[in-house]
Amino acid sequence: MTIAAATNHDDFDRRQRTRWWMMRVVIYGMLLLWAAVCIFPIFWTLTTSFKVAADVMRGNIVPWWEYTPKWLGWRSLGLSPDTIGNVSTVREEFLKRFFNSVIISVSASALAVILGSLAAYGLSRFSYRFGFMRNSDISFFFLSQLILPPVVLALPFLVLYKELALLDTHIGMIAVYTLMVLPIVIWIMKDQFAAVPVELEEAALVDGLSIWGAFVHIIVPLVLPGMVAAFILALVLCWNEYFFAALLTATDAKTLPVMIASQTGSQGINWWSMAALSAAGILPLVFIGVLLEKHIVKGMTAGAVK
Amino acid sequence: MSIAEGDLLHTVDTGTLSPRRMQLGRVLLWASVGLMIGTFAAQALFETGYISFGFSNWRPVLFSYFVWAFMLCLSRVMIYGEQGKKALFVLPAALFVISMVVFPLVFALWVSFSDWNLASLTGRKFNGLDNVRQMMSDPFYWNAMFNMVIYVAAILVEYAIAFGLALLLNADIKARKFWRVTFLLPLMLSPVAVSWMVGKSMLEIRFGPLARFAKWLGWEQPSFFGSPEIAKLTIMVMDAWIFIPFITIMLLAGLQAMPKEVLEAAEVDGATPWQRFWQVTFPLMLPVSVTAIMIRIIFKLKIADIIINVTSGGPGGATDSVTSFIFREYRDRSNVGYGTLLAMVYLVLIVIFMTILMKVSARLVRRATGVDSS
Repeated sequence: MTIAAATNHDDFDRRQRTRWWMMRVVIYGMLLLWAAVCIFPIFWTLTTSFKVAADVMRGNIVPWWEYTPKWLGWRSLGLSPDTIGNVSTVREEFLKRFFNSVIISVSASALAVILGSLAAYGLSRFSYRFGFMRNSDISFFFLSQLILPPVVLALPFLVLYKELALLDTHIGMIAVYTLMVLPIVIWIMKDQFAAVPVELEEAALVDGLSIWGAFVHIIVPLVLPGMVAAFILALVLCWNEYFFAALLTATDAKTLPVMIASQTGSQGINWWSMAALSAAGILPLVFIGVLLEKHIVKGMTAGAVK
Repeated sequence: MSIAEGDLLHTVDTGTLSPRRMQLGRVLLWASVGLMIGTFAAQALFETGYISFGFSNWRPVLFSYFVWAFMLCLSRVMIYGEQGKKALFVLPAALFVISMVVFPLVFALWVSFSDWNLASLTGRKFNGLDNVRQMMSDPFYWNAMFNMVIYVAAILVEYAIAFGLALLLNADIKARKFWRVTFLLPLMLSPVAVSWMVGKSMLEIRFGPLARFAKWLGWEQPSFFGSPEIAKLTIMVMDAWIFIPFITIMLLAGLQAMPKEVLEAAEVDGATPWQRFWQVTFPLMLPVSVTAIMIRIIFKLKIADIIINVTSGGPGGATDSVTSFIFREYRDRSNVGYGTLLAMVYLVLIVIFMTILMKVSARLVRRATGVDSS
């Protein structure tokens, strides 16, 4: 009797263990599969930038085994080791676009974080009345901008910017991008300020600080991680934006995505240089994604999880 | 803007403001209003040819607007003191958004009822409801609108996949951070780069790895943009690839915030994993799911970059989104009057759709969880 029970128990135990191992295999298998789906296009972009025409046409995938990496793609951008010292008009062009992207996205994100944080703080601490609008209405007014499709604003901006001589300028693009990310920043920052107990400011006010003093000296250091998260998220959105940039810029303020999109030569596409350009466009964000993942996740999930 | 009663953060007003200071505030404010109106009127008269002197563009009017905005902020503090300083928090953002959204929208409304081709020399002409009539009989616009319905419906599939991935990431796994970062990467990539390197290179019929993979699977003549259905599907898959990480991350945060005791209690009660998921996890995740799907819908309604770069709406408008269709209307045909009307109609439809959706989903969440989602 006891022996039978023990065997039974053993049997059950073994079945459980097999089941557990099966689950492990399935889970890690699916994780690996999706990781491959996520990584392969990036891998493809990077490796294609080191191929020559024949390698591209043959569809070789694994470097050093199926083909020997060459600097062709990066040479066409003037960024390969042997051309980096020389004068290169393509590199000039590329760097100009690259820094346009940097200037526009960083300034727009910074401006959005400043404006958005102030508004979110005000809305979380004071009651406003603006005509018929109360706090919740003002909040909704800001957040509802998220729904606004860019295409609605595109043409008015095109015409108004032309009249204001803001077409194809950094300032014009910064203003558009700030508008684009402002609702997201306000959404994130509202959540951040709501988590800060109001007693902190009350204590600061008692100690003789003004409301702005309390905001700058007490609150901003506390919500700085949230501001960083909002900034990074805004940066990603601005860096990748294409629609407004394609319509509102021509030569001076053209950003990297617009340059990437306009790379069709007369003899079809030079995939190696296209890949090098795309790689240069996505690598900064891949680095940001890997290094600052925590902040991005924090920004995206703010306000969604209570 | 004035401050109503009931601030969360109470402040004590110290001292009274001198009448001279308040007077000065009002004077400054009205002087800047005068300056702005004056500049605007002068430029308008110059542009229409009534006066012969003026600026070469409208930028001075913009500067006078800035002066006015600054004076408005300053005068709040001068007139209302401590209360005015509170208004300063919201005022800059509000002025910015109003000037960048409300004014252009009014302008767009004005343009949308006119015949205006930027390429022609005749300029703007009011044409009443002609654009509306043209829109009603424009098969491509309604086709694009229909495509948007399908694109939005595809979010349900994205959601299902993302939920699966979130459950995977929430399982008891090693190196969770590594997997999370890897899964997040597609969201970081520029849609333009993705459309070129994935849409045009990896899907290239002759050498693209995905085309070769499809051939290996037994699809003899893989063509990802040949037939309308497949082209639409390809676009949806690429867009899903970029945005699934977003839904996954939100759902993962929801899963991690879920109280463990509930699941354990269900397990003790003998619920199977399948039951545990449908009767405990899924209802508890409903509020997060609704938020994630809402934001995803908002982003989906703006889909354009991939379509513009990969297919330009082809074949035969099968992949067109409303945004990419209007984009071509602007850029290729410079048809701004008609394009703007289409955009305005789209905006109205979106606002109606989102309002209904928010109401319905709020009710859904309330019924399922008894908790107000807002």
